[in-house]
Amino acid sequence: MSLPTITLLSFGFPQQDFLDQIARAVQLEFGYAVNLREGRIDLGEYYDPARNQYNGNNLLNLVDSLHVTDSFKTLGIFNVDLFIPILTFIFGQAFLNGNSGIASFYRLNNERYGMPENDLLFIERAKKEVIHEIGHTFGLIHCQNPVCVMRSSTYLEDVDQKKLHLCHNCREKLVG
Amino acid sequence: MAKKISILIVDDEESVRDSLYNWFIEDGYRVETAENARKALTLLESDQFDIILADIKMPGMDGLEMLRRIKSIKPVSIIIIMTAFATVDTAVKALKDGAYDYVTKPFDPDDLTHLIRNATKQISLEDENETLKKKVITLENVEDLIGESDAMKNLLREVESVAQTNSSVIISGESGTGKELVARAIHTNSPRKFFPFVSVHCGALTESLLESELFGHEKGAFTGAMYNRKGRFEMADSGSIFLDEIATISTKMQVELLRVLESKTFMRVGGNKEIYSDFRVICATNKDLKSMVEQGTFREDLFYRLNVVNIHIPPLRDRIADIPLLVDYFIKKYCLSMNKPPAAIDPTALKRLQEFNYPGNIRELENMIERAIVVGDGKRISLKDLPLEKSIVNSSTESLDDFERAFILQILHKYSWNISRTAKALKVDRVTLYNKIKKYDLKPTDQ
Repeated sequence: MSLPTITLLSFGFPQQDFLDQIARAVQLEFGYAVNLREGRIDLGEYYDPARNQYNGNNLLNLVDSLHVTDSFKTLGIFNVDLFIPILTFIFGQAFLNGNSGIASFYRLNNERYGMPENDLLFIERAKKEVIHEIGHTFGLIHCQNPVCVMRSSTYLEDVDQKKLHLCHNCREKLVG
Repeated sequence: MAKKISILIVDDEESVRDSLYNWFIEDGYRVETAENARKALTLLESDQFDIILADIKMPGMDGLEMLRRIKSIKPVSIIIIMTAFATVDTAVKALKDGAYDYVTKPFDPDDLTHLIRNATKQISLEDENETLKKKVITLENVEDLIGESDAMKNLLREVESVAQTNSSVIISGESGTGKELVARAIHTNSPRKFFPFVSVHCGALTESLLESELFGHEKGAFTGAMYNRKGRFEMADSGSIFLDEIATISTKMQVELLRVLESKTFMRVGGNKEIYSDFRVICATNKDLKSMVEQGTFREDLFYRLNVVNIHIPPLRDRIADIPLLVDYFIKKYCLSMNKPPAAIDPTALKRLQEFNYPGNIRELENMIERAIVVGDGKRISLKDLPLEKSIVNSSTESLDDFERAFILQILHKYSWNISRTAKALKVDRVTLYNKIKKYDLKPTDQ
């Protein structure tokens, strides 16, 4: 029997070295082997022309349908702008205590905000978002600790403020 | 531990309900959803929510109508109205009808987070305010227990020792002796002091009203029961319930009360859900409950359940030494409430107050002082300001002869034993008055 793994399913994110770094960060944080795979779908089906964005709820359901039982958790990685009907945008979302989640790197890039490109900062943000959403699939809710990776972040500045790791309390909940 | 905030989402669009549900669940809130206003109102009958997020445009009852209905049941509810098409008119209407805020879909995630955070802050401030108010009220009331007589010192010692326990207490004493004040003092000195002190005057309510008052009722339980209502036992959770005039409750209520005291659980009238409440019961009566048990009008098992501790408050005539202190306390209390400087009292007036019998006990003394401050010159209370002669009938006048003797003596004192003026006041001739003085052997030294 194979050991449980966390699957990162990339939908159109081309930079393999970035994905490798994210996979290593996830492995370090949760202690599970990480399986990196490529997802092949037509994203056009999830595009909402009225909002010029991609429907996060439908994409989350898609990733959940692709979840395979030999994987412990599955997280879909996207590079498109995600929304849910009630919010203008989301960085990601997940089924709390479920199997799946999604994260988008679209709004994590400095250039989108008129700032100089910073690859190091971008990859740090991407790691935090992926770990954050996987945290939810383990049942972790938003944390009040300002530096915990499970802290809710609605702006890029919030993402930068928190660290890459779970705080002591969240880690205890994870182990318990 | 901080209270877990609950949110109810009301929207006919499934995708909106799901999105908000997932968003708030990740924040650790307790979340429920309803697809229309009717379902939301049904949910609200059996559950309580701190924040309600409702769409304005829904098939059937719209968000504004739902807002009005919820506000009429629970005015303090925090309701946030959501809409896809914002107009100034609807926003003003929603806010006028009591909405906490009005937001346009889709929201910026940061705005939603701030909105809920602010609403949560308001909820915790309201809770804190309520707790502090209760604390202030209870602390004020202990000061009303006045007296330095031996009887009063014994009473205060009893209150102090019984307050630390969780035992049921019966406070007995004549009407007007301050039984509710003693009950409040027990509560205020007990570990339950930061929780409610709930008072019920059993004698003032009919059997069915008392039942609904004590246990609460469900909507539709009887004609006029338009909404769910918490009963006094439920309100006294973690605190104390004071049942005044316990001797007046019916046999049926005695059975009900016994059951509740034994299990601390009950059902609302018309309800089917068992409710648990951790209360301490303090009762008061001016009747002799033991004789009532012997006569079969009060249940023996209930008597023993309630009478774990008995505190008897002596009548005012048995603690005359406390009268000057009480007079001083009431003068200050009423002068302050009427914005007058503290009045003095004539020694003769005070002496007469100490000689009086007080069938109505401290309440009667308090009323006398209040009246004297109202009718007097505001600087000094004299004998003429006190309605003592009108209270001649006291518990020691057991026959018509006793009454006549006491009444004639009082009028004689009033006119300084001037026979002509006294006879005129009594509307009898002087000979009749002399005959009465002789009959009752009245002397100017008699009181």
